[in-house]
Amino acid sequence: MCAMRPDPVHEPAASGPGYPIGSSSPAQPGPQSQPGPQSQPGQPTWKAVLTPDEIRRALTRIAHEILERTHGGGDAVLLGIPTRGVYLARRLAARIGEFEGTQPPVGSLDVTLHRDDLRLRPARALQRTQVPADGVDGRIVVLVDDVLFSGRTIRAALDALNDLGRPRAVQLAVLVDRGHRELPIRADYVGKNLPTAHREKVRVQLAEIDGADSVLLGEEPR
Amino acid sequence: MNRHLISAGDLSRDDAVLILDTAAELARVEGRPIRKLPTLRGLTVVNLFYEDSTRTRTSFEAAAKRLSADVINFSAKGSSVAKGESLKDTALTLEAMGTDAVVIRHPASGAPRRLTGWVSGRVINAGDGTHEHPTQALLDAFTMRQRLIGNGPGGGAGGPGGDPRGQGLDGIRVTIVGDVLHSRVARSNVLLLSTLGAQVTVVAPPTLMPLAVETWPCRSSYDLDGELRKSDVVMMLRVQQERMTAAYFPSVREYRRRYGLDASRMALLPEHAIVMHPGPMNRGVEIAAEVADSSRSTIVAQVANGVTVRMAVLYLMLGGATEGAA
Repeated sequence: MCAMRPDPVHEPAASGPGYPIGSSSPAQPGPQSQPGPQSQPGQPTWKAVLTPDEIRRALTRIAHEILERTHGGGDAVLLGIPTRGVYLARRLAARIGEFEGTQPPVGSLDVTLHRDDLRLRPARALQRTQVPADGVDGRIVVLVDDVLFSGRTIRAALDALNDLGRPRAVQLAVLVDRGHRELPIRADYVGKNLPTAHREKVRVQLAEIDGADSVLLGEEPR
Repeated sequence: MNRHLISAGDLSRDDAVLILDTAAELARVEGRPIRKLPTLRGLTVVNLFYEDSTRTRTSFEAAAKRLSADVINFSAKGSSVAKGESLKDTALTLEAMGTDAVVIRHPASGAPRRLTGWVSGRVINAGDGTHEHPTQALLDAFTMRQRLIGNGPGGGAGGPGGDPRGQGLDGIRVTIVGDVLHSRVARSNVLLLSTLGAQVTVVAPPTLMPLAVETWPCRSSYDLDGELRKSDVVMMLRVQQERMTAAYFPSVREYRRRYGLDASRMALLPEHAIVMHPGPMNRGVEIAAEVADSSRSTIVAQVANGVTVRMAVLYLMLGGATEGAA
């Protein structure tokens, strides 16, 4: 299953590793086997930019902001974008449940089949799309992703959402906004604005699958 | 994955599991108000059918259309093939029109392999003579995994322990019964199911058992009743009268008595076992109507799964970059 997981590194598509289907799996960063920053020849060196406590506080703040902006969260539906957006959405829902007593419905939204860069890489394995039983019609959908970069994933998510129903409003929550937008898209809730150079890489690791929480910034060796 | 899909034997275990996993996700699209995805927009898929077929052709057509590909149906009847055009000339004509994939069914074994040398697009074998029918094997494997390893039709709620994603068919005992000699479905299933870890047994009258069956990755037997008791899946093959050039068994009644699946034989199966048939059925020959319509029969599910499995194949073959471009 490790080879099926999308790469957690958010970097320019042109230099991104593909996920060829076939017997030979690509050399994955293997977040489970390498929970911490690794320094390898030809690999970026990683430095932590958010600690587990900072991630926790950022998510707590976002949960409060969602409650404020949706007037109590009664109509809210959180849809995480696989892989790590789904875990973030579950954490946000759990926080909202602690504050208000009721958790908003949580789901996942795989955007692979709506991406505009499918032809640039070998075909990718699909992730789970799971819409809460009550659907999204008339609800306030909060899309949740780990890193906002070019905005193309979110555009694909808006298209995918369009096929699922007609939400009353769509909002976007991200843990890290690293800039370099290529589309007119902005986040409603941001954990941390992280100024980056285009060729730098951002990797979000979450305890649920990576063993520990961290946000890492990597720089390609010159 | 390979450039073309000609034989189920060309698929590695990882390829096959990826196709099944992809199909499992695509099956969830079925329940949505809009069952169409934009993934293959702008691509052209040609259905090149030299043999009669309803379910396979419509299944491929539905699969391509759900992924927004343009579909051109070409059947030998009423085309220039009836005027004597060769397969190669037809292929070159299609090539000149610009096609991204050709789905071919042909009465001659090996025709899809020849076609790969004449067209630049992907070639998908939809049944060639008595050779192979790989997408049928894939949908059969998908149906088995769904019924025996997953938690019921539709993939279930995906709860822990019930999620078949990433899994093969390890340890599942499959018995394939009937006209193995003429069956491309049997050959593709034996190759694919053994790749996925299943234990396959083919059961046929001696006259309908292939000569080289001992070289296949399966066991063979002439005794249906003995095998049924230890089967998780029994797959009944159609008696293909149209391919039989000699008398392979004395009478239909004799065949039915020895190798047909009726209610009393079905009672020999373990409680959880399922009954499959690739269709079209000869009711009353290889399978009794009461068996075909029983709750153990997956025959209708197999048709529905055919569309999602073919969507998965088309997406994985056409949806990404071509080799070398990435």
